[in-house]
Amino acid sequence: MSIMSPEKYWWKPADLQEKIWITIAMLWCLVLTIMMFGWHFFGTQNPSIEPLKITPENYRTVSEAFIAKYKVGEEAGIPIVAPPDGADVYLRAQMWNWTPILKLKKGVNYKFHISSVDLMHGFSLMPIVMNFQIVPGHDNILNMTPTSTGTFHILCNEFCGIGHHTMIGKIIVI
Amino acid sequence: MSNELDVRTCPITGKKVFKNAQNLIWINAVTAVVFILIGGIMAFTVAMTRWPAVHLLSADMFYRFLTAHGFNMLIFWIVFFEIAGLYFGSAVLLNSRLAAPRLAWFAYILMLVGAIIVDIMIFTGKATVMFTSYVPLKADPLYYVGVILFAVGALIGCAIFFGTLAVAKAEKTYEGSVPLVTFGLSAAAIIAVWTLACGAIIYIPTFLWSIGLIQNLDAAMYRLIFWGLGHASQQINVTAMVSVWYLLATLTVGAKPVNEKICRSAFVLYILFINLAPEHHLLTDPTLSPWHKMVNTSYMMYLAVLASMIHALAIPMTAEVAQRKKGYTKGMFEWLTKAPWNEPGFPAMIFSLILFGFIGGITGVTYGTEQLSIKSHNTWALTGHYHGTVVGGTTLAFMGLTYYVIPLIFRRNLIGKKWATAQVYIYAIGITLLTIGMGGAGTLGSPRRHWDVTFADAIIPFSFDPTVILFTTIAAIGGLIAVTGGAIYVGVSVLSVFFGRKLAPNEAKLL
Ligand code: HEM
Ligand SMILES: [Cu+2]
Ligand SMILES: [Cu+2]
Repeated sequence: MSIMSPEKYWWKPADLQEKIWITIAMLWCLVLTIMMFGWHFFGTQNPSIEPLKITPENYRTVSEAFIAKYKVGEEAGIPIVAPPDGADVYLRAQMWNWTPILKLKKGVNYKFHISSVDLMHGFSLMPIVMNFQIVPGHDNILNMTPTSTGTFHILCNEFCGIGHHTMIGKIIVI
Repeated sequence: MSNELDVRTCPITGKKVFKNAQNLIWINAVTAVVFILIGGIMAFTVAMTRWPAVHLLSADMFYRFLTAHGFNMLIFWIVFFEIAGLYFGSAVLLNSRLAAPRLAWFAYILMLVGAIIVDIMIFTGKATVMFTSYVPLKADPLYYVGVILFAVGALIGCAIFFGTLAVAKAEKTYEGSVPLVTFGLSAAAIIAVWTLACGAIIYIPTFLWSIGLIQNLDAAMYRLIFWGLGHASQQINVTAMVSVWYLLATLTVGAKPVNEKICRSAFVLYILFINLAPEHHLLTDPTLSPWHKMVNTSYMMYLAVLASMIHALAIPMTAEVAQRKKGYTKGMFEWLTKAPWNEPGFPAMIFSLILFGFIGGITGVTYGTEQLSIKSHNTWALTGHYHGTVVGGTTLAFMGLTYYVIPLIFRRNLIGKKWATAQVYIYAIGITLLTIGMGGAGTLGSPRRHWDVTFADAIIPFSFDPTVILFTTIAAIGGLIAVTGGAIYVGVSVLSVFFGRKLAPNEAKLL
């Protein structure tokens, strides 16, 4: 009975079935442990985060400079920006939009700097469903290479106030 | 008034039950049920709002009620029930009086006052911050005060649990080692101390920040320590739930642990390794280095998973062995088909195990890898994951246990055993559909905590694949079914506790 004290000497060897089960489970855990490193080094799909702090004010300044430099148009009041190949790209999360709309080229690598100037936001790239937490005060640096053309949308999937569900951004890949 | 040290002998288990422990178990459990009622009403409104066909609430109310749903369910319902469970596991199972009953009442009042303050803040719209309250999203300072009061109360509850263990040992109320269920609950209480310490480390500065005494709180640091509370508390729930599984196996089929060493070692694995798991909430954050993540997602996590795998074998095994001893030995599965499926406890244990393991556990282990965290982080699939673990697993196990606590501890005859049994099936079916719907929609990108997945007011037009809406509908229908099951639970337990026939002192009637 699991509600009664066990007999005096309960430290007994396991049965064969128990041993088999635990051994299999343990081996599988070991395999997965090794895979954690394998996926990182051989899968080459993990983001290599470079931890970097940046105050919201400084981030706003650099992202404004980025927009001013490469702006090519505007949609729904949000600037459209076409950075040159290989440029550092600044994508600013704020209540409640992603600024700017980006025009990128297929096959070109861009270094994204995504941060927030107010609350926490959630970067969710649709339709491929890739999600990153965007934290004010920290620069989420991601090296990204678009591998297909078309229009991608960015949802916000971290609660960021009453307009959270309206917060949508756009990336156009040509 | 009867003497606090009045004692009776349980006609079923032969345990000594002290009045002071019994009263505290009663008040904490009844309060838990009140909070699951509030949380359940919120669940209904929130699920009906996410369903585009109904879209019940306004955005403002939705976010308010969602915050309330998370807090009332995940914190108030679960923790009040766990405190009742801790008092039961220490005082009742060890035939002991409860240490410091007055302090226990004080702890209860702290928790209750804290909970009421938090709920008032949430419902008046002063704390629409979700239960995570990520800074710099700010709530009314009173909200943080409420959370701190509640946490201090819960911490005192844990201290009383340990105190009772010490009293029982000193007064020699039991022989040899503590029972397995008490052992498991001790593991839960140890994890709780670490968890509540993280809570203090994070909520106290956050409170000071909300009243302007601290200027800058690092948002990423907040997330790290918050999850030391937020996730570690889920480990308490897992550990408490596994203990309840063992308890239910004993109460329903008279099961006895097959190998105490293995079961107990698995609980120790939880204590040792589970505390590092919370960092998996940060896998898509801009702060942790790749090495840090690899180490965190690998062995630390898997040694805790191993513990769950061990219990996953041990629990059905104890039930099988007990059933076979009763003579149900035909073929592989007679022990299972002849199990007491027409009583609430057995199906509650089995469905809790399946929902926890197959829906919650498998999604948890996969989403806990760095790559799949990127695919699932903050999508509705995550919500689906923990509606498998804590809603299908822990809550269902606690529901099943309630029906036994009513006759055993509260000495009332259960009103509507059939309803109680049906409730377990209804709730389990509902949660299955709910989690499938959430998981499906989330895998396709549907965000969590979202008022309108049709994006009618978005500045840039966007719409989902219709499959997302289909899955959302499945979740909503599952939600309706689950809420029905939850309502029956509240109905049966409240009616029985207040109006059930009082059992005679020597009446050995369980269900
Ligand atoms: C009775 C059936 C239940 C239904 C139908 C239900 C439904 C839901 C729904 C629709 C959401 C909103 C998801 C979103 O928009 O992101 C949600 C969130 C949540 N639920 Fe439940 N739920 C139920 C029971 C529970 C229980 C018993 C618990 C805890 C023990 C729980 C814990 C939570 C938590 C923690 C959240 C997240 C809140 C947040 O994102 O801040 N739920 N639930
Ligand atoms: Cu946002
Ligand atoms: Cu948002």
